[in-house]
Amino acid sequence: MDMKATKKKLGMKERYRALTRDLGWEPSYQDKDAIFPYASYEGIKVHDWDKWEDPFRLTMDAYWKYQAEKERKFYAIIDAHAQNNGHLNITDARYLSALKIFLQAISPGEYAAHKGFARAGREFPGVGTQVACQMQAIDELRHAQTQIHAMSNYNRYYDGFHAFADARDRIWYTSVARSFFDDAMSAGPFEFMIAIGFSFEYVLTNLLFVPFMSGAAYNGDMATVTFGFSAQSDEARHMTLGLECIKFMLEQDPDNLPIVQAWIDKWFWRGFRVLGLVSTMMDYMLPKRVMSWREAWDIYGVENGGALFKDLARYGIRPPKGWDDAEKAIDHMSHQFMLGLYQWSFGTSFHSWIPSDEDMDWLSAKYPDTFDKYYRPRWAHIRKLKAAGTPFKNYGLARLCQCCQLPSVFTEPDDPTLTCHRETVYKGEKYQFCSDGCMDIFNNEPEKYIQSWLPMPALFSELGGDVGAWMNWVSLRDGVDNGDYDGSTDQQHFNEWRGLATSNL
Amino acid sequence: MQIDLRTVAIEPQRNAFDHLVRRFGDKPASRYQEGSYDIQAAENLHYRPTWDPDQALYDERITRIVMKDWYALKDPRQFYYSTYTLTRARQQDTTEANFAFVESRGLAAMMVPDLAATALKVLMPLRHAAWGANQNNTFICGYGYATVFTQPCMYHAMDNLGIAQYLSRLGLLLGDTEALEEGKRAWLNDAAWQPLRRYVEDCMVVRDPFELFVAQNVALDGLLYPLVYGRVVDDDFSVKGGSAVAMLTQFMTDWFDETRKWVDAVLKVVAAESDDNRTQLRQWIADWNCRAAAAMVPVIEIALGVEADEAVAEQVEAFKARIRKTGIDL
Repeated sequence: MDMKATKKKLGMKERYRALTRDLGWEPSYQDKDAIFPYASYEGIKVHDWDKWEDPFRLTMDAYWKYQAEKERKFYAIIDAHAQNNGHLNITDARYLSALKIFLQAISPGEYAAHKGFARAGREFPGVGTQVACQMQAIDELRHAQTQIHAMSNYNRYYDGFHAFADARDRIWYTSVARSFFDDAMSAGPFEFMIAIGFSFEYVLTNLLFVPFMSGAAYNGDMATVTFGFSAQSDEARHMTLGLECIKFMLEQDPDNLPIVQAWIDKWFWRGFRVLGLVSTMMDYMLPKRVMSWREAWDIYGVENGGALFKDLARYGIRPPKGWDDAEKAIDHMSHQFMLGLYQWSFGTSFHSWIPSDEDMDWLSAKYPDTFDKYYRPRWAHIRKLKAAGTPFKNYGLARLCQCCQLPSVFTEPDDPTLTCHRETVYKGEKYQFCSDGCMDIFNNEPEKYIQSWLPMPALFSELGGDVGAWMNWVSLRDGVDNGDYDGSTDQQHFNEWRGLATSNL
Repeated sequence: MQIDLRTVAIEPQRNAFDHLVRRFGDKPASRYQEGSYDIQAAENLHYRPTWDPDQALYDERITRIVMKDWYALKDPRQFYYSTYTLTRARQQDTTEANFAFVESRGLAAMMVPDLAATALKVLMPLRHAAWGANQNNTFICGYGYATVFTQPCMYHAMDNLGIAQYLSRLGLLLGDTEALEEGKRAWLNDAAWQPLRRYVEDCMVVRDPFELFVAQNVALDGLLYPLVYGRVVDDDFSVKGGSAVAMLTQFMTDWFDETRKWVDAVLKVVAAESDDNRTQLRQWIADWNCRAAAAMVPVIEIALGVEADEAVAEQVEAFKARIRKTGIDL
């Protein structure tokens, strides 16, 4: 071999190529289609995987080093948080409802993303794509674990966290988030990338993470802020991957455009429905609010999303089909959700409550066109019932949407006084939906969505409608984990403990 | 004198999450337990995969191994993301120092040219074998069942990638980009590498996650690592004045010692579960080991010449002894 005295100095790109891209080879003992059996059935055409631009050139040595540094900081802070009763620094224990929903519904989604990216990291026939997916796979596992670890200390002192693993598989509202992730994972690798890598991570993540982590910071929750900050640089990588992936598909073949557009339409609407939970958290569940859901939407949805779709227009992509309906729902959804959660609070492993006068004034200032007109009167009525000793409870079963799995609490896009309800018949069976967006998704893939596991009918068929048995089955302790925050054990404990910590009584 | 700081004492309401109390009793749980047990969805999965409607989204039945509880496959290292990353970051510090040492003292240039050439001939094609291992472990993580079993496979996959990258750096240091190109050419064309490449490609179409675990992590790595990094690099090259190579591959040696404890622990639990499992494992290990041994001979020949047969045979015996300790007779 020709040994040179001086080595060629490799640029970043060439070096990364030598350390990553060049590792793969064209197989000859096995057929490529047998090695990558899921790469073509979705109809996406890829002519040259080498055209894939690596969104971040991270090698394992650097990965271990950076991530270990972040891990050290993260665990130092949550250890201190646990040791110093950091939970008493939150503004009020009402805040914890948002965390309970997060742990039951979103952290399992991080885990699902971990599995999904591991599969994508194996199934894509290009090394660059595979490595990027693998790194995201291990990052998502990190997020699931850091979230569980950050909330573990809250579980030791407060109700509603203890059965998150049972709630994930059985309780009704977690089905919204899990059906979203199950839907993505049961799709092929390309659609998975659009669903999670693009729609969720790129278009919607700012609407989930920024309000959530800012909410944690505003409300003194050091543990959650820490995992938020710690995850941020991972998220930046993930967003870049999502965008690169969509551009790659669109550049590879013009035939890919209609397929990608249909996925964007579908996953925008799916994601928007999941985010309904965030709207309620922002407008109702944070004792100290960061901004309204409307304000967050204007910044992260309209401005950022608008810029993104403008950028993608050169590929022929138009904004998602449900965009206008989403815009029309923004001033209503958090109120409709919270009213729903309050009336079904017997069946939630977190607390809800009637907003105070001060809360309602804030809401009418933030929603001048809708709150006083449609929602204040309903809260006033509910408050009156509570004062009279006959609190408003709905033990009837909610009608769930066959697609997004949310109860049908939303109104028609153009008539806020009329509940939106759609129905379709497929193979002689009737299916119900909350919106046109959800019905369209069903109609495009009915064979998939007839399989949806609907938790409410399950209550009837498996447990004969016995609410007590259902509560045991979902590990929900009646009178403790559920119901109104006012009068709850969480409220009692928090006030008592905070008193111990801040006074000499 | 010991001073006890006084803090406000608040009585915790519970020790751990319900699912951990059910498994381990009513006591505080470790971070490994919190991050590993029952965090994969198990019930009421919504849709069948469109890519294979015959299986469920998380499916225990896509392997021939049957476990009453896949969460029995505990990782003795108790790696969760944090402990894994911290461990590898420490090893990376050592590796970086080793590369710097070899480079700053010009140790590569001090090696006999023939030896450096042999080192590159043996090690460069292994970049691709390590990439194959990465593919296979990523697969096991993606399709295997239960986090305690699948998360170490993700870590393993990233380690495999790291090893491929350390080998690439070694190639750039001892040779240049030509060394990498030559290695790839040999991997694709030279007779010596074809049985191994065929083995790796055959693994890539195995879609039973546990059989793949056996083929890659037990049978192939169980011979490749001790033979290449132990017998060839640490023993043979060092005697001939090539300890620089051993310094650059220290990670691989340490890594194999660490990870085989996990691999053995997994085999032991699966074999102890049932006679059927044990029989299946014996058959898989015997088949894949036989092929792996045949594939390793021409590779080891590059360095050891006529002694290769004997070196491989010795290692096969050592491998069988190791496997017998997990309760599987070979």
